[in-house]
Amino acid sequence: MAVRAAVITFPGSNCDRDMAVAIEQVVGAPALRVWHGDTALPDRVDFIALPGGFSYGDYLRSGAMAARSPIMRAVVDAAGRGVPVLGVCNGFQVLTEAGLLPGALMRNAGMNFICRTAALKVENAGSLFTSAYRAGEDIRIPVAHHDGNYFADAETLDRLEGEGRVAFRYIEACNGSQRNIAGVLSENGRVLGMMPHPERAIDAAHGGVDGRRLFESVVASVVAA
Amino acid sequence: MKVRVHVSLKPGVLDPQGRAIQHALEGLGFDGVRDVRAGRMIELDVADETTDAALDSMCRQLLANMVIENYRIEKVG
Repeated sequence: MAVRAAVITFPGSNCDRDMAVAIEQVVGAPALRVWHGDTALPDRVDFIALPGGFSYGDYLRSGAMAARSPIMRAVVDAAGRGVPVLGVCNGFQVLTEAGLLPGALMRNAGMNFICRTAALKVENAGSLFTSAYRAGEDIRIPVAHHDGNYFADAETLDRLEGEGRVAFRYIEACNGSQRNIAGVLSENGRVLGMMPHPERAIDAAHGGVDGRRLFESVVASVVAA
Repeated sequence: MKVRVHVSLKPGVLDPQGRAIQHALEGLGFDGVRDVRAGRMIELDVADETTDAALDSMCRQLLANMVIENYRIEKVG
């Protein structure tokens, strides 16, 4: 069964092609491309990816405008039906602004744009996005962001930790994120937001392939469903 | 009706921009700047019959992120 994956493009997205290529390489079929102004997703979508970039020029707050764009109503509805949704970088910011994930992503604590490969620890290898990793495994995934400083109140952070919803953690402090959180899962585990870019680590030519298993995990989950 | 919405970070939320501004002021030789918090002011021109509830809703749904920010609505006539 071919996995039907959709990649949403907002004005100012710039990792949508990388995301589509990564999905195509792992899935073996082209990703469906969806424009922010569309009001519906393609039929029978198995997986939705929100890419990185600077949607709407980061006006107001990163992800704020994109989260209120027409397609996001359809994405929120699909997430409500349990369709897996991945948001990377700006996509993570959009998911928090849309209320699909808790917390907010603020300006990096050091004020600088950070562009490098980050070491991450896989905290939860039981989710549909992480099942191909080993719990506690160290992986290397590139980060490139200005607003990746994850913030939530202490009560929310405790709940996330207690429910195994921290998917990935930076092994060394990266951007000021509370508890070094790099990626968080929704309550039902079917929405993942992360600042690092797994789609930039799927081919040896990228300098690493540690991102590939994230997409393989999703495919395995969809095929098994 | 002109309305100003003042959006500010909640107390306790680290403000990297405010801190950078504080350091820049120190660099310019201004002593005694104990803290700087940066916010945003959004000016709206809305129909006179716009209700307070509608303004409040605009702030909560879009203009402020209630996870990290507070807002204050000021009617300027």
